[in-house]
Amino acid sequence: MNSGDQIDVKESRVPVGGEGRLPAAPVTASGVLRRPERSETGVWIGIAAISMSFAAFTSAMIVRQGASADWRHFELPRILYLNTLILIGSSVTLRMACARLAFVAGLGSEAPDAARKPFLDGIYWMYVTAALGALFVVGQVLAWRDLVAQGLFLATNPSCSFFYVFTALHGLHLLGGIGGLTYIIRKLSKTHGTAHTSGIGAVSVYWHFMDGLWVYLFLLLAMRT
Amino acid sequence: MHDVSSLPATHAHTPPTGFIRKYVFSLDHKVIGKQYYGLALAAVFAGMVLSWLMRIHLAWPAWPIPLLGKFSAVGAPNGVMTPEYYLSLLTMHGTLMVFFVLTNAPFAAFGNYFLPIQIGAEDMAFPRFNMMSFWTTFAAFLVMMASFFVSDGPPISGWTAYAPLSAVGKDAGPGLAMGQNLWAISIAIFCIASLLGALNFIATTLDLRTKGMSLARMPFSTWAWFVTSVIALLAFAVLLPACILLILDRVAGTSFFIPAGLVLSDKLQPHSGGSPLLWQHLFWFFGHPEVYIAILPSIGIVAHILPVFARKPLLGPRALTGSMIAIGFLSYMVWGHHMFVSGMNPFSANFFSVPTLVITIPATIMTLLLIGTVYGARLRFTTPALFCLGFISVFISGGISGFYLAQPSLDTYLHATYFVVAHFHFVMAVASIFGVFAGSYFWFPKMFGRMMSDTLGKWHFWLTFLGVYCVFMPMHYLGLAGNVRRYSAFVDDYLAPLIPVHRFITIAALLTGGAQFIFFWNLAWSRFRGPIAADNPWEATSLEWSTTSPPPFDNFGGKHPVVYRGPNEYGLEESGADYAMQTSPPNNN
Repeated sequence: MNSGDQIDVKESRVPVGGEGRLPAAPVTASGVLRRPERSETGVWIGIAAISMSFAAFTSAMIVRQGASADWRHFELPRILYLNTLILIGSSVTLRMACARLAFVAGLGSEAPDAARKPFLDGIYWMYVTAALGALFVVGQVLAWRDLVAQGLFLATNPSCSFFYVFTALHGLHLLGGIGGLTYIIRKLSKTHGTAHTSGIGAVSVYWHFMDGLWVYLFLLLAMRT
Repeated sequence: MHDVSSLPATHAHTPPTGFIRKYVFSLDHKVIGKQYYGLALAAVFAGMVLSWLMRIHLAWPAWPIPLLGKFSAVGAPNGVMTPEYYLSLLTMHGTLMVFFVLTNAPFAAFGNYFLPIQIGAEDMAFPRFNMMSFWTTFAAFLVMMASFFVSDGPPISGWTAYAPLSAVGKDAGPGLAMGQNLWAISIAIFCIASLLGALNFIATTLDLRTKGMSLARMPFSTWAWFVTSVIALLAFAVLLPACILLILDRVAGTSFFIPAGLVLSDKLQPHSGGSPLLWQHLFWFFGHPEVYIAILPSIGIVAHILPVFARKPLLGPRALTGSMIAIGFLSYMVWGHHMFVSGMNPFSANFFSVPTLVITIPATIMTLLLIGTVYGARLRFTTPALFCLGFISVFISGGISGFYLAQPSLDTYLHATYFVVAHFHFVMAVASIFGVFAGSYFWFPKMFGRMMSDTLGKWHFWLTFLGVYCVFMPMHYLGLAGNVRRYSAFVDDYLAPLIPVHRFITIAALLTGGAQFIFFWNLAWSRFRGPIAADNPWEATSLEWSTTSPPPFDNFGGKHPVVYRGPNEYGLEESGADYAMQTSPPNNN
């Protein structure tokens, strides 16, 4: 059906499913061994690396603040509170999308009529998630403009430097997440959700992590800057 | 014995046919492994030439080197290098060797080629990431080499790029404008490439093992690559932020690492309040694990190869893998031992000294296990076996000096002397390279389908083995005599009497380097003219030897091997052969 699709070709290269692994992989209700999704493994490993990077930035921030007396506190732009709510909201909408798409996947290809409505709903919520993500990024840019208007630039003070570095790098990672969502939406639209839905789990884990990471960074910035 | 018990493949994909897809932008892990190997060869050649130039200058500071004068009229007017240009070459030697050789050759090159085969997979988990990983590494290499061709030459801040020297720009000296920018950008790119590579290695090991390939049955080399990739994932994830902050300090005017009131070339630097120690902490938090990124794959390769030629199982396989994991864990707790004299709190020095001494325990266990494996064996003295023995020797020689350096009171005297140079070259550089040589002679038949010349190999081994001892052993003496490192010439009264030792080292370095051309020639000649290799010429047990030499595009010819036993079954008295392939079923010994 979609043999040209890159992910499925890769999936089909998996040697012998889960039964080769010792100890045994988790068993699904039907008794078939569940194969852990490769993309999901990859995302968890990526999350480990990203966490490590932001841990390094955090310790750099704490050390730099203690290194000399030039640290200046400034008030965080108000719009960040709204942005935070938007991003948390996007995690909720993604959850709604995933619930519907999981339902469709559970139906399989036997009941196409029953699947149509939840499938379209699922795609709709995916779009909403991506749109909220984009709105968040726009909001972050507005926060930068707010700082610039106050005369706070990247090199004005180390506190500003860390603010720009944190928000820029988180924003970049989130743009990657929006790219992932777009890829999944395109793939689902081609297959109407009946084909193997590899990648949804990976993107959703990543998205929720980006959400959590932002909440952490926001609290850190609120306490330190 | 060679019949592969197998399951039919779920999907036999066709190999690419176009030249570009097949050899350049290939998704095949085997091609990518060879590409990494080729890149490491290019880098090691450049790094070796740099060390020759530095050694000649140290021994005979007034000698002109005509070609060098043509290459850089500013750095070496009339062929005699300036002290600053010496530091530029020093920086590039360290950077090329640590990043593009010691990280690429034993880990990325051999790991890419053999990790999927040794676990019975057709390819890496993410072949596209894998291709990107190599080509970003290649881009990083080009950016790094470009620093030779900018007006102020390569940076002079060393491979550790200590701030504020690395962070302030051209006022601090030659090479610190564009050259240092290129360095920082190159290393940042290298971090991204290494993160992609590590991610791939981990996911492949976790998800793509074939039927029966439990973690306990993985070959020791695969274990080493796996542990190394976990270390690399977390270490490069810290170096990347450090490079980003360094680049911002350099180009955006921030003050992460540059303190206030810094006057350079009579100019007050427009920065304030940064912490140079912050760079050292971030760098060495990466830098010490990097030492293990360089050495663990070689330990794994030696542990994989030695039982093949000892014809007996590796002693204590569980202890070996346990020690690798322990080293991986401890490698993150010792970074401060590079900073005993940096001005950090002296109590911290004691704090870092203890885990540094503790980490010698797993390292010693591994060494003793390797020696115990050889003990009582009827060793087959092939070239790979010799390099394995050589590895043990140089690893011990370099490791022992580590006991001294781990103690702050002794390190205060020995820091920044040639004693340290001797220590890390033995334990990290030469040991790791011996692992690469062992792997090259051992796996060449599998990679290219032809055997390398054993006679040339033995010449190469003995010249190299004696050569590295002649080069690095006297450096311990130099260090104890107080000879500081990083100086471009020794003109002080107390250093001048040491110059004859330096001349001896230089001659030894030139000869040892020259001996490497035997290896280059052997590689090139055997590639086309070597005798055709059998599928399993060494009578080894692991999965790479149960497929053809070289392996087909999908590694096992449309089948998936089934694994029944560990990789360590040698010296089986009761059976006809003295070894059992991982693929031979239990009732068919």
